[in-house]
Amino acid sequence: MSEGTSTEGATAAAGAGAHRWPLWEVFVRSSRGLSHVHAGSLHAPDASMALRNARDLYTRRNEGVSIWVVPSDAIAASDPDSKGAFFESPQGKDYRHATYYTKSEGVKHL
Amino acid sequence: MARIVQPAGQPAPTNAPNAPDAPASNDAAGQANFDAIIAKDSRVEPKDWMPEAYRRSLVRQISQHAHSEIIGMQPEANWITRAPSLKRKSILMAKVQDEAGHGLYLYSAAETLGTTRDDMMDALVAGKARYSSIFNYPTVTWADMGAIGWMVDGAAICNQVPLCRASYGPYGRAMVRVCKEESFHQRQGFEILLELAHGTPEQKAMAQDAVNRWYAPSLMMFGPPDDDSPNSKQSMAWNIKRFSNDELRSRFVGMLAEQVKVLGLTLPDSEIRFNEDTKKWEYGPLDWEEFKEVLAGRGPCNAQRLERRRSAHEDGAWVREAAAAYHDKQLAKQAAEQKAAA
Repeated sequence: MSEGTSTEGATAAAGAGAHRWPLWEVFVRSSRGLSHVHAGSLHAPDASMALRNARDLYTRRNEGVSIWVVPSDAIAASDPDSKGAFFESPQGKDYRHATYYTKSEGVKHL
Repeated sequence: MARIVQPAGQPAPTNAPNAPDAPASNDAAGQANFDAIIAKDSRVEPKDWMPEAYRRSLVRQISQHAHSEIIGMQPEANWITRAPSLKRKSILMAKVQDEAGHGLYLYSAAETLGTTRDDMMDALVAGKARYSSIFNYPTVTWADMGAIGWMVDGAAICNQVPLCRASYGPYGRAMVRVCKEESFHQRQGFEILLELAHGTPEQKAMAQDAVNRWYAPSLMMFGPPDDDSPNSKQSMAWNIKRFSNDELRSRFVGMLAEQVKVLGLTLPDSEIRFNEDTKKWEYGPLDWEEFKEVLAGRGPCNAQRLERRRSAHEDGAWVREAAAAYHDKQLAKQAAEQKAAA
């Protein structure tokens, strides 16, 4: 393949533009009454371009009536390594579930 | 208290706990957790610790898959201006747009493994990355649009449906989205062939010629035979691949053998038969030397495909620069307004 300097120069310039495009997470509401659900991610220079790209990429077949785009680095996420400690509190607290209460079995409308 | 980590879509920063240079003590615990996930047939998510070989294998497979979708736009785009009707033109444009979308879903999935989109793009245009050998064959007649939809997309579906259950979460989710859209691709291709097969004798001959040319390359899309596929075994042990190349190829032949009857055409393989003992479909020998040649870059259209991708990327540079310049301008405007208000 060609290693000509003109090609390299153009590729470098093209790359420089793309490097500056941050990553956005896309959330799509599939119909009224439902929550926005994470659909995927994309790169865009700003929020309005991210919305347009998201429309073209994730709603080509009427998959949505509303889209959110969020800069990926604005999302704080729990650490998967600490899942034991972080999600410990519900453990052993079966009484938070209706199924814990068995004595009322057979009683109607309860 | 949970530490704040990067979200799922974000490439892993180099100081992340799952970065390649993580200390060995993390590795032992991480490996145990990873093994447990695979044993339970659960899913690995981007921030989980994973063996470097697993990560590398996924990056290779997902980026190759993404490149295939992107290069795969070309053989069909070749016929957009010459589609026989406005309806067919609209359908073909929608399909080519879908292929671009599939490429983008997959690049996103690969990025969650810590590789950047620019690196993948650079590797592709530099000729260092592989993509499916099928897209290096020319599309010489309109019937090729039918044969590609029916056979090439058909083979892709066979391959991709089990990948929806791949152990790496983002890959599986991308494949679910892709598979939903692929069935339209296959049906529209089948319909093109069906209409040609019921048209004039010349049209029927054109459909048969396309089927003859695309049959063997589409069978080879499943990859080399099992005894010559070095990565398959490990990939299956990691629950990335669920079925072997030969298993999927055999299933695909069975589907074609039935569907071709509806078309009123024939497959160019006199050895197709259902083996009652093994319960598998069998087929004639494939030219694996040709497969290796095309994969190595010496197929009929390799140079043309890469050159087109390269020039399209370079021709689009001004659009990317304009978008970035507009963003900068908006930021400067906002800053000026805030300053004036203060």
